[in-house]
Amino acid sequence: MAGPAGLVCPAGPAAQAEIVVTFFIRRTIGAALMLLVVSIATFLIFFGLPRLAGATPETFAARYLGRTADEHTQQLFAEKLGFYDPLWQQYWNWIKAIFVGTDYDYGTGIEHCAAPCFGYSFRTNHAVWDDLLDRLPVTVSLTLGASILWLVTGVAVGVLSALRKGSFFDRAAMTGALAGVSLPPYFTGLMFLYFFSYQFDLTAPGGTYVDFSDSPGEWAYSLILPWITLAMLNAAAYARFTRAGMLDTMGEDFIRTARAKGLHERVVVTKHGLRAALTPIITIFGLDVGLLLGGAILTESTFGLKGLGYLAIDAINKQDFPQIMGVTMFAAFFVVVANLIVDMLYAVVDPRVRLS
Amino acid sequence: MNNVISPRRDPTARPFLELRDLKIHFPTDDGLVKSVDGLSFSLERGKTLGIVGESGSGKSVSSLGILGIYHRRNANVSGEIWLDGQELVGASPETVRGLRGKRMAMIFQDPLSAMHPYYTIGDQIIEAYRVHHKVSKKVARKHAIDLLARVGIPQPDKRVDDYPHQFSGGMRQRAMIAMALSCDPELLIADEPTTALDVTVQAQILDLMRDLQQEFNSALIIITHDLGVTAELADDVLVMYGGKCIEYGAATEIFDNPEHPYTWGLLGSMPRLDQPVTERLLPIKGTPPSLINVPSGCSFHPRCAFDGRTGGASDTLVPELELTGTSGHRVRCHMPAHVRQQIWHNEIKPTLEGTGGHSVASMSELPSASDEQSEEVA
Repeated sequence: MAGPAGLVCPAGPAAQAEIVVTFFIRRTIGAALMLLVVSIATFLIFFGLPRLAGATPETFAARYLGRTADEHTQQLFAEKLGFYDPLWQQYWNWIKAIFVGTDYDYGTGIEHCAAPCFGYSFRTNHAVWDDLLDRLPVTVSLTLGASILWLVTGVAVGVLSALRKGSFFDRAAMTGALAGVSLPPYFTGLMFLYFFSYQFDLTAPGGTYVDFSDSPGEWAYSLILPWITLAMLNAAAYARFTRAGMLDTMGEDFIRTARAKGLHERVVVTKHGLRAALTPIITIFGLDVGLLLGGAILTESTFGLKGLGYLAIDAINKQDFPQIMGVTMFAAFFVVVANLIVDMLYAVVDPRVRLS
Repeated sequence: MNNVISPRRDPTARPFLELRDLKIHFPTDDGLVKSVDGLSFSLERGKTLGIVGESGSGKSVSSLGILGIYHRRNANVSGEIWLDGQELVGASPETVRGLRGKRMAMIFQDPLSAMHPYYTIGDQIIEAYRVHHKVSKKVARKHAIDLLARVGIPQPDKRVDDYPHQFSGGMRQRAMIAMALSCDPELLIADEPTTALDVTVQAQILDLMRDLQQEFNSALIIITHDLGVTAELADDVLVMYGGKCIEYGAATEIFDNPEHPYTWGLLGSMPRLDQPVTERLLPIKGTPPSLINVPSGCSFHPRCAFDGRTGGASDTLVPELELTGTSGHRVRCHMPAHVRQQIWHNEIKPTLEGTGGHSVASMSELPSASDEQSEEVA
């Protein structure tokens, strides 16, 4: 039974599988298109808009050379770096470099920048890609630990609150959640550092990071405060969200049916209630994780963790365009991929999604 | 058999299901909601009871109460529910849970929202079966396929893996019935089982339920606002209004000689195909009472056309549910029985059976009225 994904699903696993595959392919193409749009927008912001504001190819070249360079050198470099080319050509070169690499001719010799090439930093002359890879483990460690922490605590508190709606626990938890949402990480983070690290000496001071491969124990020790700080913010939001979702779901007809079957209340709550309430939470979770993988700016800054967020802030402060563009594309990539994964998970979790 | 109401049939034998003065009250911030206020009835296996009433009359809450599906924290439940010699109101929640789905099961109104959208039909039936029977998944799956076949689902071995949204409305209701029947319940409660369905499918589902009831010899409670459904299936009829039973008797008796003005109203509100469309239905004026603010005295009196004939008792005294006639027919009304019978025969019945002979009541083998006294029913 072949056929495109329609509203009525022909029975049979083969047809089902085909529909699922079509669905996945469609979503992947959509994600790729989204990245293309983001890359065009990013490029235009840094190379298109300045032209409207009166920037010339020489001014672009000057960024690479510093203020002392004379006009002749600027023109020479503008020529070599392709700033006289039409805009689309420049965009194409930029994208091409990301996929196949490129050669830079500085006059002193040709330097090959291997794919994926995001160019070189103005300040350090490091390849942007190497910087990104260098910072990634910090951000991934921070995001991973924090996200597990906030997902588990947030959902658990939310479910218990919903089941005991109006009880003391519920009120206390929701008040706590409100506080958690309201307090910015640079405040909670500093408080934590002050008490747990400097007063009681229980945790690592700010600015420490030990790689997981060096020592898993030290790694966790150095990250526990950033995890809690970052998790608090989201756990609070997730607790409120889960509570609302559970209250909704537990009022559904299918919950009444589950009870009428004589299922244990525990099964009714988890298998029937939570399963349905979790679906929208998965969506937000995926997006939040994707967003944080692009850099948790506030938390990283507070704890002096040299992750992607720290890199981004640094690059912005120093107007290091190649780095800013690199971080932007990197972050966009994570968000789009997270979106894609969420879409696919959604199809796995909710059978109704596959068919429409 | 039909003209004898079960509770008084044999004083020594316990009926299979008996409710005694069941009350389900919900304290809220706005006041006490008396959803069910002193409900008593009884039912034997193989028999069908139709519970009729408008929305908010307490029909569904009573049925959920029988199954013990209420929050112990939110609901005050009193009275007695006897199921085959076992009292349920005072029993532990765990005991009642063990009976739920196994000895008493329920079919819900809207099978799309009543089934979990994330699990296949088969999974949901298997779950219902395995919670009460220690069998392997394979055995349970075989059982589920058999049940689906039994309720008339084509290709049950394939459809068992479909999700609820892949079924049509009628098929879903069949699957819902299959799920309820998975443990051969002795008591089956159907809450508006055909309301969400196409008219053509309604008849099939009713037929199916009648067949299954005979096959399983279960006691069946049909909750509905549709008197047509009641006439089709019920042996006894119980009319609820404002959380109370206001008329209770054998189906033939209720359709033949209804004595409560509210029941007359229900009969008058039925559209009938056999009459010219120019004729108007006879709706009951007003709206059902709020269960927080039940009118004083007889809760129906603000809507009752015969309010004036009770000598002022209707808005102060709550009428008792009293026997009328000899067949166990009970009515909660201030008017004396002979007055009610007079009104029914002289004022109501001729209007209802105006032009045509066939009303809904005729489905319950009522003698059809003569075609003469027709014309000027406005």
